[in-house]
Amino acid sequence: MKFRVERDVLADAVAWTARALPVRPSVPVLAGILLDASEGESGQKLKLSSFDYEVSAQVSVDIDAEDPGTTLVSGRLLAEITRNLPPQTVEISADAGKVVVSCGSAKFTLLTLPVEDYPTLPEMPRVTGSVGSDVFAAAVSQVAVAAGRDDTLPMLTGVRVEIEGDTVTLASTDRYRLAVRELSWSPENSGLSAVALVPAKTLAETAKSLTGGAEVSIALSETESGEGMIGFEGGGRRTTTRLLDGEFPKYRALLPDSFSSVAEVQKAEFMEAVKRVSLVAERNTPLRLAFSDDRLVLEAGTGDEAQAVEVLDASLDGDEIQIAFNSAFLLDGLNAIDSDIARLQFTTSTKPAIITGKPADEAATADYRYLIMPVRLSS
Amino acid sequence: MLRGMVGPEGIEPLPARTDADAACHILHIDMDAFFASVEQLRHPEARGRPVIVGGTGPRGVVASADYIARTYGVHSAMPMVRALRLCPDAVVFPPNGESYRRASEAVLDIFRSITPEVEPLSLDEAFLDVSGAGRRLGGPARVAELIRDRVRREQQLTCSVGVAGSKFVAKLASTQCKPDGLLLVPTARTTAFLHPLPVGALWGVGEKTEEALRRHGLRTVGDVADVPVDVLRGELGDALGSRLSALARGHDERQVVPVSPDKSIGAEETFGTDVADVDVIHRELLRLSEKVARRLRAGGQVGRTVVVKLRRADFSTVTRSRTLAEYTDVAREINGAARDLYASAGMEQERLRLVGVRVEGVTEASGVHRQLALGEPEAGWREAEQAMDRVTRRFGPGVIQPATLAERGEDDQ
Repeated sequence: MKFRVERDVLADAVAWTARALPVRPSVPVLAGILLDASEGESGQKLKLSSFDYEVSAQVSVDIDAEDPGTTLVSGRLLAEITRNLPPQTVEISADAGKVVVSCGSAKFTLLTLPVEDYPTLPEMPRVTGSVGSDVFAAAVSQVAVAAGRDDTLPMLTGVRVEIEGDTVTLASTDRYRLAVRELSWSPENSGLSAVALVPAKTLAETAKSLTGGAEVSIALSETESGEGMIGFEGGGRRTTTRLLDGEFPKYRALLPDSFSSVAEVQKAEFMEAVKRVSLVAERNTPLRLAFSDDRLVLEAGTGDEAQAVEVLDASLDGDEIQIAFNSAFLLDGLNAIDSDIARLQFTTSTKPAIITGKPADEAATADYRYLIMPVRLSS
Repeated sequence: MLRGMVGPEGIEPLPARTDADAACHILHIDMDAFFASVEQLRHPEARGRPVIVGGTGPRGVVASADYIARTYGVHSAMPMVRALRLCPDAVVFPPNGESYRRASEAVLDIFRSITPEVEPLSLDEAFLDVSGAGRRLGGPARVAELIRDRVRREQQLTCSVGVAGSKFVAKLASTQCKPDGLLLVPTARTTAFLHPLPVGALWGVGEKTEEALRRHGLRTVGDVADVPVDVLRGELGDALGSRLSALARGHDERQVVPVSPDKSIGAEETFGTDVADVDVIHRELLRLSEKVARRLRAGGQVGRTVVVKLRRADFSTVTRSRTLAEYTDVAREINGAARDLYASAGMEQERLRLVGVRVEGVTEASGVHRQLALGEPEAGWREAEQAMDRVTRRFGPGVIQPATLAERGEDDQ
């Protein structure tokens, strides 16, 4: 095997592939990145692959191949090396158990791992549709913020993906908040109906890393049970992830559909005030909000500790309400809405509240909703 | 190992029965090479080898060294580099505060089961006032023996105990009998015990004071006792002068000030005969959880950390704890954690003599806010258990309880 490739092209491809390398490989070959140089219909290509039995990553880049072939080298080392190479053409050749990487006056000799022991990457499921890569990345990040981080409740560490025709609904919850985002996409088959539970962290990283191309294709394996898998492809990069098992909460029933009050607040001011006032809120002590006709009073702390209070302009339609929240959960929600004005809908101080952006068109329903459970004050 | 008392001719063996300890109600208990001993229990492979606990970096310092390492000249506060030069074969462990705290709590639990008058000085040292324990357990020397025995059997650790009429003398006595010793200083022998000691042994005498005393030719505690108190006050100032004069004569009026542990509520059960049956243990954990939760609710309190105590037939005792996401006073939640802790202790096949459930981090329920969860019913287990409390208040205990705990009638299948 022998080929030449531009340093930046190689470094990007290696860095992206290295994301799927296991931290503690269960077998040594999984620490490797598989390099496959070949000549195909679309020209001379280098295919880089990594796999940890959960996530697989594969990317193809254009090369100038002198001699096709396949080799397996330590992924971490290759990533370190390519990141630090000078901006020139890199030549990689493999021969007799060694790989030589030369660039400018630098030359590295790496040991190879046994290619024949490397597992076959899972096949990409059949493509089910596609979506704009920026829209997808933004939607996933809005939802993943509410996913649980507690591995003892694995079904809450995922993003639920529901496909119904040309609508995709993403949802996550850690039991204390629930984020739901609807977006349109282009399905291969307009009658498609499918669901999947994708690990939230992997999905968020994947969506962010696929913004290089205009579109992302999503491929979902047919079966809902068993070895479920979801694949994403865009800009020459493709990745697959094993789906999570387990029952995701029936969240639609939890979203309230009627409210007794609706408040609107400037988002940026609101977030600043929340951050300031919660400086005095020790761990587990909530931020108290009181909405009245034209103002919002934020308070934290009680009689025998430090206290803070701040007053903001706000509009209120409906009953006055006092309600308390974990300030970090509140900030996550405010940060995720894509509008300058935050709209908060309440029923009572012990029932879930909904945060949305103020829709540009009053008739439209918000495509992003962030439900937040209040904190019940003890006295 | 020294077991003795100060007699007319110096230290003599402790007789089986003595009333020489009558006025010696203060015990000073000092764990032997505490951190190193705990590490030896955690790492049986290190047994028989010198063990050092301390920082392993280039500026690391010895926190604790066992008695083998000490024979090489290693002592605490010594730079680790130097310690390893003196004792290159030593096994070195970085300090593990959590393990030491847990072991310390277990040892303090033993002390507190003897008397509530326990004043911990640090993780490995405490004063006890045992004047109240005499009628039940015997004289102070007998109580000291009992404590040493239980610490050894239940925690596999050794300690040294000084028994005397004052804190100051008790502490000196435990230092004199280390390791694994017991020394009784009868009140009649206090001055005889104190007077040969160097002045540095007096409480509050540091390098500077020692230097000042030496300048006046005062080298031993006896020398200080012979000087009129006014002279000492003139030389050292009123406060220090009076205090040293009193101490040198064996007078130390400081009382044992009990420090209660982090507030906790617990219950335990010693079985009539040892139990290995998992179902029986589960039922007992549920019964104890119900009891603890009832006491929490009755006191308007909630707690966050659930601790399970499991004692094997051979008295060795294991405690496991878990801190919950939210404060609770609900038996169902306490029992859930207790069962998990029992399972994770890996003792499901072992014969147990005692099980205990305790809730720590207890605080007033009125000061605790509750983060509500999605889909959580408005009325849940807390409300069910509160209803049980009301039934119990009205009809008496045992009228209502979880079905698992109910006595089965003959007709029940």
